[in-house]
Amino acid sequence: MELVEGLKLIAVALLIGFGAIGTAIGFGNMGGKFLEACARQPELAPSLQVKMFILAGLIDAVAMIGVGIAMFMLFAL
Amino acid sequence: MAAEELTLSSHIQHHLTNAKMCSTDAGLAFNKACADSGFWTWHVDTLAWSIGLGLIFLWIFRSAAKKSTTGVPGKFQCFIEMIVEFVGDNVRDTYHGNSKLIAPLALTIFVWVFLMNLMDLIPVDFLPAFAGFVGETAFGMDSHDVYMKIVPTTDINMTAALAIGVLILMIGYSIRIKGIGGFIAELTLHPFSSNNKVAMIFLIPCNLLLETIALVAKPFSLALRLFGNLYAGEMIFILIGAIGLMQLPLHFIWAVFHILVIVLQAFVFMMLTIVYLSMASAKDSH
Repeated sequence: MELVEGLKLIAVALLIGFGAIGTAIGFGNMGGKFLEACARQPELAPSLQVKMFILAGLIDAVAMIGVGIAMFMLFAL
Repeated sequence: MAAEELTLSSHIQHHLTNAKMCSTDAGLAFNKACADSGFWTWHVDTLAWSIGLGLIFLWIFRSAAKKSTTGVPGKFQCFIEMIVEFVGDNVRDTYHGNSKLIAPLALTIFVWVFLMNLMDLIPVDFLPAFAGFVGETAFGMDSHDVYMKIVPTTDINMTAALAIGVLILMIGYSIRIKGIGGFIAELTLHPFSSNNKVAMIFLIPCNLLLETIALVAKPFSLALRLFGNLYAGEMIFILIGAIGLMQLPLHFIWAVFHILVIVLQAFVFMMLTIVYLSMASAKDSH
């Protein structure tokens, strides 16, 4: 049984870890481009900011799905 | 006191369990007696909280609508108008079809999901402990047998129900605008098409597979995105609460971050619903 417990913990770590890598790279790219665009055309900043939040919700999605499944596995399985 | 040992993980498990109701051979049964009852087990706490919050939303907005004046608006009317205008602007910018249902639908989704997510900011132990107290005094139960989760969107059933509603609307709008023939054509003739009949026989299954996956992935990701965000948030609240006195600054930091998350997730759910329905109502897509 310890083997199953140990494998479960490794699985949880992989789920959360890989999700975090993808999300960080995605947010970094998106944030950088947003700042560049705001520096070039400051009047677009409010509308670009709204779109950025929508994209933030989408980029987060699969990583959060992974975190949700990982938490569920850790405590309820 | 407690029949089972009070350990950290049993405390966490207790806070992660919904209150179940099912019908067994011995009539209606609750919670632990429902372990084997299969599909028709109702999570009564999710149902009660989500319906209750929906009624609160309807009551607030209806009272604002009845008391609204065209003169100088009061603060309450201003606030409600801000929300309605915000949703209306987003619908006008994003929805390219012609339907009177979309704006009220978007408003309902946004405010209802936001209210359900907002329940996550109430400290984790407050309402369940009160429910346990009521269970002990009024019903003579052991307070450890009273299960209640106050955030309906941490139950995958709730988010999946919302997503299935959106899926039904997507298919309904597609069929209404394009007809059944148009709907099937959209599933089978995109993205690969050719004028050669023989080639089409091979391409149609490919198209069907791709388009069906794309169609199903939308509500699937809607449900799981909202569930994952809220479940992870609630889980971290429970874990922070388990570490003793240092929990207070950590709770504050996480709660501030979570305020952003709950508004953002409600907004993203609403925007994606509008976008999917706009795509479904587009007469001539690809």
